Amino acid sequence: MGNYLIMNSLNFPILSTTIFFPLVGALLLLIMRNDKLVKVTAFMVGVANFVVSLFLYIHFDPTTHLFQFGEFARWIPTYNINYILGIDGITIFLILLTTILAPLCVLCSWTAIEHRVKEFMFCILVMESAMVGVFCALDFILFYIFWEAMLIPMYLLIAIWGGPQKDYASIKFFIYTLFGSVFLLVAIIAIYLVTGSFNIPNAMFRDYSFNFQFWVFLAFAIAFAIKVPMFPFHTWLPAAHTEAPTAGSVFLASVLLKMGTYGFLRFCLPVTPQASLYFAPYMVVLSVIAIIYGGFICLSQTDMKKLIAYSSVAHMGFATLGIFSLTLFGFEGALLQMLNHGVTTGALFFCVGIIYERTHSREIYDNAGLGKIMPIYVGFFGLFSISSFAFPGTNNFVGEIYILIGTFANDKVAGFFAVVGAVLAAAYMLKLLKQITWGREDKRAIKDMNIREVAYLVPFAVFVVWMGLFPAPFVHTIEKTLTHLITQMQVFSP
Amino acid sequence: MRGFIMTILPELFMLFFSFVFLFLSIGRRRADVFKWAKVLSLLGLVVTLVSINGRGNLFYGAYKVDLFSQIFKALIVYGFVFVIFMLDRKNEIEEDYHAEYFMFLGFSTLGLMMLVSSVELISIAISLEISSYSLYVIVPLRKGQTRIQLEASMKYLFFGAISTGIMIYGMSYLYGMTHSTFLANIMFVLPKFLVQPIGILAIVLTLTGFFFKLSLFPFHFWAPDIYEGASNTTTTFIATVPKIAAAALLIRIGTLASAADPAFVTILMVLAGLSMTFGNLVGLVQKDIKRLLAYSGIAHAGYVMIGILAMSRDGNAAAIYYMAVYLFMNLGCFYVVLLLSKSGENISLNDLSGLAKRAPLLAFTLAVSAFSLAGIPPTGGFTGKLFLFTSAFKAGYLPIVIVGAVNTVISIVYYFNLLSLSYSKEPVATESIRLSFHEKALCYVLIFLVLYLGLMPFGLTQLFSAAV
Repeated sequence: MGNYLIMNSLNFPILSTTIFFPLVGALLLLIMRNDKLVKVTAFMVGVANFVVSLFLYIHFDPTTHLFQFGEFARWIPTYNINYILGIDGITIFLILLTTILAPLCVLCSWTAIEHRVKEFMFCILVMESAMVGVFCALDFILFYIFWEAMLIPMYLLIAIWGGPQKDYASIKFFIYTLFGSVFLLVAIIAIYLVTGSFNIPNAMFRDYSFNFQFWVFLAFAIAFAIKVPMFPFHTWLPAAHTEAPTAGSVFLASVLLKMGTYGFLRFCLPVTPQASLYFAPYMVVLSVIAIIYGGFICLSQTDMKKLIAYSSVAHMGFATLGIFSLTLFGFEGALLQMLNHGVTTGALFFCVGIIYERTHSREIYDNAGLGKIMPIYVGFFGLFSISSFAFPGTNNFVGEIYILIGTFANDKVAGFFAVVGAVLAAAYMLKLLKQITWGREDKRAIKDMNIREVAYLVPFAVFVVWMGLFPAPFVHTIEKTLTHLITQMQVFSP
Repeated sequence: MRGFIMTILPELFMLFFSFVFLFLSIGRRRADVFKWAKVLSLLGLVVTLVSINGRGNLFYGAYKVDLFSQIFKALIVYGFVFVIFMLDRKNEIEEDYHAEYFMFLGFSTLGLMMLVSSVELISIAISLEISSYSLYVIVPLRKGQTRIQLEASMKYLFFGAISTGIMIYGMSYLYGMTHSTFLANIMFVLPKFLVQPIGILAIVLTLTGFFFKLSLFPFHFWAPDIYEGASNTTTTFIATVPKIAAAALLIRIGTLASAADPAFVTILMVLAGLSMTFGNLVGLVQKDIKRLLAYSGIAHAGYVMIGILAMSRDGNAAAIYYMAVYLFMNLGCFYVVLLLSKSGENISLNDLSGLAKRAPLLAFTLAVSAFSLAGIPPTGGFTGKLFLFTSAFKAGYLPIVIVGAVNTVISIVYYFNLLSLSYSKEPVATESIRLSFHEKALCYVLIFLVLYLGLMPFGLTQLFSAAV
């Protein structure tokens, strides 16, 4: 099967299982009548799927850059559309991140969602299917179908269970992302007409004309920049993040935003290497603007969720900065940053969800001064906050240091501004942490976290420390793929 | 003789169907017309599907039965059967006219089936008129006589008559230039006239009749008013089935015009672009769902033209595919409208508020259909648009692809309005809507078909490209 795909040698189609198992579980939920049963089933489905995806990690071969666990089936032969799945170093951890988030999102919604529980869990599981599918698909059409199908449950999560401005936020989210996607579709068709198939690995590293690469890159970049979101396409993000229910915000921040940077790594660089080189300085400028701008906006927020949402803009700015530094360190840093941001920001959104359930407010002042009232909560919150501004010893530090090394090697000015941005991050996160811990003196009757809430924050805390102190296994797994990418880039963009 | 009958069995069966109801309308016993209509229409579907492999050139070559025509006949009968099954609530049409209503539906379907097989100008004109005149009659048949449906029927009649007149005028030019009424001969001779304005004028005037049926800009004026004025079931029929036949004939003419003339393609491209943009922009401000769907139909006429103007095998197959999707997704939307309306009245957008709470299945049917109309995967609308865009891009018409893609985004706004009303608004009327088993089943079938066309067009794409 081609020379890009190592076929699956396990005795069951593991990628298809990881993709479609949640979907089957979701359909199963539809026939249930009891809310409690629905929650338990959804949780079990999520956990089971995570266990399946662990096999991916165990059997993953880090010594090759080829796509692994490959599956191939004919789908629409008239248009040469096939069902091709495969993962490599770029996607393995993103899939694991998705599969572990799903059961945790079910846990965090246990009491927060009171009406239409069945539909909610249905949406969560369908989302999981689509998101894993995006990372596994090696056929453009398959990819595009998952990519768009993901929007529907996300839209419903915001539109049905969202906050007061849910109508505005959900429609803005959908139209914004769809606007980008149609250009992606046009680019996909253009590539199909040149290569004769919708096969993604086939489309990589070919000698397209620069003019072709130029336009395809632009079409790709609009779609992915909206998803990341890069400045100036970020305006949908605060609205959607703020209005979505906790589980929705977590999925948005932890996985959906990664789709954009994943797109840059998987499509822009390999398919249009010359154009990537040509556009890299512009992308670096936009990334730096996002970092600085996001930082300043965060400083003036009074709404916890909005603050974390804008901090995502800055963090994802680091990721795109790493990608367009076009260095190995930059790539590795960007991929680690994607994971770290997924974990840290996801955890912070969980924290906001926990306190929102108690005080029904997202305002920083209403939730201030919890240090003595909720010690466990503040402990977790503190860990994730310092991780968010890349305190040494936490996960984000590793990612950002890689990115900064890559950036300084490439462009000193951009590196300087990125450091300024990192300082800004410390400023706004510490300001938030100070308020939450000591901001008010008055005693209020708020219960501390219960076992369930601790249970879904512990995995994140473990990851934050593990990644911060011992990142070698992660770097080792992704290294080969990224080394291959950078060498090919150098060959194809002289 | 036997072979002759077998080839046109579907048409003969529709004729039989209409005669049955003609006699039922004369007789006094009318209790069971619905049951008869359902049974007979299903039988018609079976007959059409069985004769899908029929081949033949009848009536001295004026009537061509091939895979292309049989596929379209099958689609037309599918639409017909669905409309008859949807009519179940008996709240749309005056009881006295039920038998007549079925008769006219049958005649109109017969005309459309004949249209997709006609390859000669006079048979085309006759088939088109058979189908149109039946529709002129059923537009005013709506419970509770008000001026609105009479106005609609008059408008439909006048617009229809004028467009037929223009079409026949164009045909006279074609005949004058080429000395033949057979499409094959005309298209053989026509290319040398296409360099002159008269050639372009003749063919554009001739196509007007089909553009009218398809409600392509600028021949769309009838659509919103007629949709609003006619009963919900009649609108469902008019919005779906005749458009399939019109698209079929446009594709047929496209396949015959082997040498695509740039000027001709440019005209089609401009019409397609304007139709999409106009339909979608005006759709944004509609309050009545049927009017909204009328404008959405105008936009979709433009999408289908993208496939036809590619003048390639791929493009025509894509257009057929899109018509199939178009049929089912529109049936889905209209069925929700039909079930929401208690006594056959029109439904405004506000009536959708909180639909998800009152009737989750209806909301879901509407959601799937609207997503499909908007072209979001994994629904059929996406797969259809993908094929259309790919074929036009392949033929080198990138501008129209970009116009189409941007239009997809514009149209999202109003399709989404339907969804956000039904999912995130609180209901005004709180009582839930009860659906019978039959109605639920029909909803599930439509949802299934739209998703099926989106995800698994396995054999269909091959079948359709074999047909053109």
